Amino acid sequence: MQLPPALHARLAGAPGAAEPLPVERNPKAGAAPFRFMARLVRFPREHEFFEEGDVQRHLYLQDVLTQVAGEPEKPRVPEFTCQVAGCCQVFDALEDYEHHYHTLHRNVCSFCKRAFPSGHLLDVHILEWHDSLFQILSERQDMYQCLVEGCTEKFKTSKDRKDHLVNRHLYPVDFRFDKPRKTRSLATPQVTVQVSAEALGADWEQSEGDAMEGCSEPASERRTCGHRIPPIICFGQGASRGFKSTKKRNKHQ
Amino acid sequence: MWSRRRGSLMPAGCGLEELRRRRREREAVLRKARREQQLISKRLLRDDAPGEAEEGCVAMILGEAEIQQFLRLAQRGTEEKERERALVSLRRGLQHPETQQTFIWSVWVDGQECGKDGPQAEQGSGAHSRRLEGSMRTLVGLLTSNQALLQLEAARCLHELSHSEQSAVAEACLPATSYLLTYLSGHSSDFIELCLYTLGNLIVESEAVRRQLLPQGIVPALAACIQSPHLTVLEALGYALSQLLQAKEAPEKIIPSVSAGSSVLASTLPQHMLRLLQPGPKLNLGVAMEFAWCLHYITCSQVNNDLLITHGALSTLGLLLLDLAGAVQRTEDAGLELLACPVLRCLSNLLTEAAVEAVGGQMQLRDERVVAALFILLEFFLWKQPSLLPEGLWLLNNLTANSPSFCTSLLSLDLIQPLLQLLPVSNVVSILVLTVLCNIAEKGPAYCQHLWPGPLLPSLLDTLAFSDTEVVGQSLELLQLLFLYQPEAAQAFLQQSGLQALERHEETQLQDRVHALQQIALHG
Repeated sequence: MQLPPALHARLAGAPGAAEPLPVERNPKAGAAPFRFMARLVRFPREHEFFEEGDVQRHLYLQDVLTQVAGEPEKPRVPEFTCQVAGCCQVFDALEDYEHHYHTLHRNVCSFCKRAFPSGHLLDVHILEWHDSLFQILSERQDMYQCLVEGCTEKFKTSKDRKDHLVNRHLYPVDFRFDKPRKTRSLATPQVTVQVSAEALGADWEQSEGDAMEGCSEPASERRTCGHRIPPIICFGQGASRGFKSTKKRNKHQ
Repeated sequence: MWSRRRGSLMPAGCGLEELRRRRREREAVLRKARREQQLISKRLLRDDAPGEAEEGCVAMILGEAEIQQFLRLAQRGTEEKERERALVSLRRGLQHPETQQTFIWSVWVDGQECGKDGPQAEQGSGAHSRRLEGSMRTLVGLLTSNQALLQLEAARCLHELSHSEQSAVAEACLPATSYLLTYLSGHSSDFIELCLYTLGNLIVESEAVRRQLLPQGIVPALAACIQSPHLTVLEALGYALSQLLQAKEAPEKIIPSVSAGSSVLASTLPQHMLRLLQPGPKLNLGVAMEFAWCLHYITCSQVNNDLLITHGALSTLGLLLLDLAGAVQRTEDAGLELLACPVLRCLSNLLTEAAVEAVGGQMQLRDERVVAALFILLEFFLWKQPSLLPEGLWLLNNLTANSPSFCTSLLSLDLIQPLLQLLPVSNVVSILVLTVLCNIAEKGPAYCQHLWPGPLLPSLLDTLAFSDTEVVGQSLELLQLLFLYQPEAAQAFLQQSGLQALERHEETQLQDRVHALQQIALHG
């Protein structure tokens, strides 16, 4: 296919539409037995017109997915230690360190040191576990928010929220990131739930603990390595935090 | 600018001829599946070529005892590396369907899967405290543990299971989905990527699986995750989303903007998809490809394309088309046609929407450079992937059908001759080329004056010799228009033995048009 040389120049040129030549139709055009009519064509999902392109797409996907499922390549680096205070985990691959940091140090509650998988869950935790104002307000209005992203429902109690998660969102009954708040008070009905949570805590193998405690390395693992984290690693503002708003206010004062 | 993350997969020790042969085989399998509308199937997702051993480690079939042993070691081992290695061994074993079966079967040994069904009544609150032997339960426990590296390995085991063709195995992964979705709003890009590919595999599995994932909030989770800056995450997300959008029930249940929260068009996903398709220094081929396909599945479902148009889909895709044409000239990049294909499809389908007229008649797409870009891509297809030519010509039809401006562009940019060069490629291509030429010719004498004199008439005389009825029929239509608006062309036709060319079709189903044309040519 030989394209006119000016075409590439046109592509690189300025935007613009051609001034159309005058249109002048004769009613005999496309009249029987002829039948041509200029028309827009659309194809629906399963149309055979798409067969070729779909096949090419899937060939590509097969290659990608076979690669994804393959042994992950982890380029090794000289050993280094996690620099977060109290953590002594050692690494020899950057990906491992990234995941460790984000899992254990990124969204950590400054009050109880628990780590959470996301900022959202951390926020909910701080609100429900450590905010006394929340406790007061929740007696009068629905304060327990649904944990599912995009769902705006709120509930009077933690149990109501759990029921909603299970019934509406098909979550497991023992969803790990919906532990009811531990309280010293024995008067509230939360006792039974607390007991099962404790029991559950005991049941989980020792490695899991309760909603991801912070670094719990056995003492024998401690090492005093002077290795620094490679300088290319940067995770932003660092680990634990408490109330977002109060901290900010204090800073500005 | 056109950065590409993945290299092409070349198994060691395979000759080029062998690769080609295998590729042809794979194509044949996929083509058959497409015709049966079974293209989305677990079986076809991976290229299960034999002999692709990873670094000399051969996957062994594991028995129940070994599985239990590895799991126990992973849970309770004292040495971190030892626990990780146990899971790696488990993962390798799980590549075998037999190991997978053994693994999930042990979920049911106790007869109780304490999951979304809730605790059994007779056990009361003690249900939580009763420890189950289920291997899946243990694996989910490891997945949600505070041991980061075990988490990663557990996720890899889960990923392996999610690949299984056996429904029971993939469905056994369902207890993990709420956690997979939760982790999408985390920050560890490798982990999130793995979760996304796992979810993508599970999505393909069955409608039952999707019926769980949708209420669990997969769409909002994806909408939040798509804001990640990590290319690997975005590519994985695009993959998962494209699988979701390909589901049979997608046009009714997943795409529409009716039910808030669980539908794609009601979310911010369309805006983000278009953002990731914008040409510029940040455009990544792998990522753009996934989202272009997502957009195609949405547009061809014809649910609410007007919404996409208001988000600027036409102008984004038009600019992307220009960019693609520039890229094919510059590089030999493998895979540009894989991005061009869905872009062409989206543009073609979107142009048929009424909203296009409402916003000032193809205003967003009136730029003549689009035609230039399209022809550059057609040339590229002719060389690289001729089977995609019809897709490009389809767009050309939709651009020219109702647009005097674009028809004029084809004439002024001298594109008739290149168009005619495509005629011999295939019947489908011929019909499309002739249709586009008819689009131009039907606009009247001012247009036909540029079609003849010229190479058009000799080409038409050639197509009259084709055996395919539709091709010949379309040629007759074009001749009628040409003779009507440019009578001298009829004379030339007669002089070049046109009547003889027509004669061979006198006794066919085309006879009405053949006779009419003979009359016009002879008597005007």
